[in-house]
Amino acid sequence: MESVLLAVLGVLALAGGVLVFRCDSMARATFALLLSLCCVGGVVALLGLPYLGVVTVLMMIMEMVVMAVFMVAYMMNPAGLMPMSMLHNRRGSLAVGAGVFAALVIAVFLVPWPARRGGPPPDTTVQVGRALMGGQMLTMIVLGFVLLATMVGATVLATRRGRYDRFGDALDRRTPRDPVGGGVGR
Amino acid sequence: MTFELVCVLAAGLFSVGLFGALSQQSIVMIMMGIELMIGGVIVAAAAFWHFLAPSGADGQVVIVAAVVAMAVEMAMGFAVTTAIYRARQVDMTDMAEDLKG
Repeated sequence: MESVLLAVLGVLALAGGVLVFRCDSMARATFALLLSLCCVGGVVALLGLPYLGVVTVLMMIMEMVVMAVFMVAYMMNPAGLMPMSMLHNRRGSLAVGAGVFAALVIAVFLVPWPARRGGPPPDTTVQVGRALMGGQMLTMIVLGFVLLATMVGATVLATRRGRYDRFGDALDRRTPRDPVGGGVGR
Repeated sequence: MTFELVCVLAAGLFSVGLFGALSQQSIVMIMMGIELMIGGVIVAAAAFWHFLAPSGADGQVVIVAAVVAMAVEMAMGFAVTTAIYRARQVDMTDMAEDLKG
């Protein structure tokens, strides 16, 4: 039963992944990616990690909804009303993708994998929580700093006019340089 | 045998994502390709945890790191897209090849 479900989810994940780059409509491509990554979350849950599987699914739903908004904002063909090709170097990319896939599959079947050691803990969520708050604390700290840096960096990059544009590089201009004068005219 | 098949699934997701990231012109579609590649990494990490070393938490920590990488990639990707679109109305990679050597 479990292996059947695993197979179905795996095939769906792969089909969704292929569909992402076959759809004309950007909205459809986004939801194909959502299907694919939700199946990835399902596979993770089936492999005995329900917490991380559910986290993956929830995060993917949020991400894809955000992505759909940006899609419509930035893509040249958001609704796919006219079929158009948005590819460059198709043959080279296909060759690289197929080559990497073949190499990985050969490696998967040739590498002498070690035998399974130990069994899963009674609660896998406790296992990852204890690891992140104990032995893997450094990983957790680094991830936290990376996320903080991302928040700051993304905000700075996406700001149209920040305080350095208004007050100069040394922040020493008394009146800000704005395209439209504000205030009460003093 | 199941372990190998799940690894093949991971390899397939990674390769499809790689093809997309290399072949698409739109910046947003390239990011979707990278998401698929990280999805493959997540599947592989879960397989390694489940089939080879379930007593340690290392596989789970790799999944956490991969999920964080996904979020960071999305946020920074959209920030860069917004910045370059604002500066030059660029939404395709072929219009931003200043550094092409």
